[in-house]
Amino acid sequence: MNAVRRTLSSGLVQAFLVLVGLVWLTPLAGLFLSSLRSSQDSASSGWWTAFTSPGQLSFDNYSALLKNAGMTQAFWNTVLISVPATFLVVVLAALAGYAFAWLDFPGREGVFLVVVALLVVPVQIGLLPVAKLFGELGLFGTIPGVVLFHVAYGLPFAVFLLRNYFAEMPKEMLEAARMDGGSEWRIFTRLVLPVGRPAIASLAIFQFLWVWNDMLVALLFADSSSQPLTVQLQSQIRQFGSNIDVLAPGAFVSLIVPLVVFFAFQRHFVQGVMAGSVK
Amino acid sequence: MTATVVKEASPPALGAVERARTIAVLFAFPALLLLGALVVYPVLFSIGRSFFDASGTRFVGGDNYTEMFRDPATLKAVRNTAIWVVVAPALLTGLGLILAVLVEKVRWATAFKLLLFMPMAVSFLAAGIIFRLAYDEDPDKGVLNAAVVSVHDAFKGTSQYPTARAREGFGITKGTDGSYRTNKAVSPGSSVALGLVGVAPKDLPGGAEPAYAAASRKAAADEVRGVVYLDFTPGGGGKQGQVDRRESGLPQMKVEAVGDDGRTATTTTSSDGSFAFKGLDSGSYTVKLPASNFAQPYDGVSWLGPALVTPAIIGAYLWIWTGFAMVLIGAGLATLPRDALEAARMDGANEWQIFRRITVPLLAPVLTVVFVTLVINVMKVFDLVYIIAPGPVQEDATVLATQMWLVSFGGGNNQGLGSALGVLLLLLVVPAMVFNVRRFRRSQR
Repeated sequence: MNAVRRTLSSGLVQAFLVLVGLVWLTPLAGLFLSSLRSSQDSASSGWWTAFTSPGQLSFDNYSALLKNAGMTQAFWNTVLISVPATFLVVVLAALAGYAFAWLDFPGREGVFLVVVALLVVPVQIGLLPVAKLFGELGLFGTIPGVVLFHVAYGLPFAVFLLRNYFAEMPKEMLEAARMDGGSEWRIFTRLVLPVGRPAIASLAIFQFLWVWNDMLVALLFADSSSQPLTVQLQSQIRQFGSNIDVLAPGAFVSLIVPLVVFFAFQRHFVQGVMAGSVK
Repeated sequence: MTATVVKEASPPALGAVERARTIAVLFAFPALLLLGALVVYPVLFSIGRSFFDASGTRFVGGDNYTEMFRDPATLKAVRNTAIWVVVAPALLTGLGLILAVLVEKVRWATAFKLLLFMPMAVSFLAAGIIFRLAYDEDPDKGVLNAAVVSVHDAFKGTSQYPTARAREGFGITKGTDGSYRTNKAVSPGSSVALGLVGVAPKDLPGGAEPAYAAASRKAAADEVRGVVYLDFTPGGGGKQGQVDRRESGLPQMKVEAVGDDGRTATTTTSSDGSFAFKGLDSGSYTVKLPASNFAQPYDGVSWLGPALVTPAIIGAYLWIWTGFAMVLIGAGLATLPRDALEAARMDGANEWQIFRRITVPLLAPVLTVVFVTLVINVMKVFDLVYIIAPGPVQEDATVLATQMWLVSFGGGNNQGLGSALGVLLLLLVVPAMVFNVRRFRRSQR
């Protein structure tokens, strides 16, 4: 009797979870199928009609996207913003993280507490003052400006994560290296960075996604020639409905890169997002 | 390298200490410079700026802060943010907990977790576009309304002729309830022709046939028969109020014969629009086309209308963050002592009791972390609202972050009020800031 009930309830659980899974998959499938349909089809019927008449699906929208100069430019801008912003955060945070963990300088503890406090500072509060500052420095509307802003707001979490990871290294290991006469730079590059690789990987993935997916920062700091894909797409959202043949494939292109990163580095990805959620 | 060793070995080594400090500062300096210039300075600047007027020339004290709660638009933003903070983290934590417990019971747990976590990789912009598509009001285009309408129609049925109406003055009148009935009573042995207009020929149900032949058929003594037809000849010609040769019958129309005693017979027209009530007692009857034939089709829900836009956007937010809550809570579940659960099971506790009495209390610290994390993130939500709420509804959906943007850059151009909104956002996360600092200091002891 109990066994029957157990099988029955496990069947119910399976059915429920399958349903939830379908609900989660449907919006994404909708975007993908919409991206393969012409604007006339999108204006007159739903994407699910593609299941019964697959003839409406084609890659025409994507080839049109490739020929759209604004879109391809925006795609490259996204790359040109995300890659340096990720690289710089990792480098600067690793340097500072090592200093906070193992080097002695006056005010070390106090300054690090400030870094911890900065973890949750919302990006919004920096927009206006940094815009003014960048205006004076000639960085406003440029890719380096967007990159610098992302680096600065990525740093508190990055320094926090790497400092804590580096601090876990056994003290003897570092002292032995110092005894051997290694300079701090040598210790940093030969010992600390290799040991810290898992944390650095999680950080890099988290930061890359954060910057790749950002819209708000670029909306303010990028001009029309330096704007990434997210901003380029949002500028067309006002005509939503008539331009699904542009928006849907554009959105799909913008999300396929993070999805590939996600499936390629599942574990680091989950760890990075978990750790970074304090932001 | 030997030189360094000798130097460090020499006892007082004041130079070496200083050198080490310089190196340390060099390591930390680039990061600290950026943090100082682009994070700390802006925070201080914004706090100062929030006490000045729109143009930044006049000191106004706390006016921007009182304005925040007086201006209807910002007040709306404060209210909506409050709704977000109350609803979204609680729903997410609850949903995450349920799914985390259930997914442990199936073998494909990893695949399921992966699927639900996936939206975390997607930008809010892309998610916004995804849900603009899903929430489309037209049930032919938005998948959500398509689902709602098909569920609704499965229970309530659809009407065939929402646009049909009778011609005035041809023997049929409209009732107050939207039905149509014959003016004159009919008795068994007679036949009627009910002409309607307002149905486009392309909207006729497939298989509709001309009504002419059926209209001329004689009724038997105990029956009332007739046709319901489209009183319109395609291409012109034809007489109003009369069944012409090429005029089509209206199939699947519900027809009622209502007797004087209130007794009602019901039938449905066939493909040529004909119907017959057989075996009627003598007496007089009214032939009636009930209102359900003409009911307006159900259009689903206006998800992105002013009333539902915030819940709709929260729905999109759930799609993104549920996986996060589930995975984090799942990690907590994995650390629960197995023997406590087993012991409870041995004692005959059922799954619900175990969940209520053991799992949830033991998980409380993890649930708190998930909840707090979500609160912090929810307060800053921007892109989703900005993208999903259509232009005219934007002000109904606005939250602190979008309002701060609108006021400062999006036409408002009041950077004093904008800074005050930014400071408010900062103040809201101060508890989290204190919590982080405390937790860190404790971990260092």
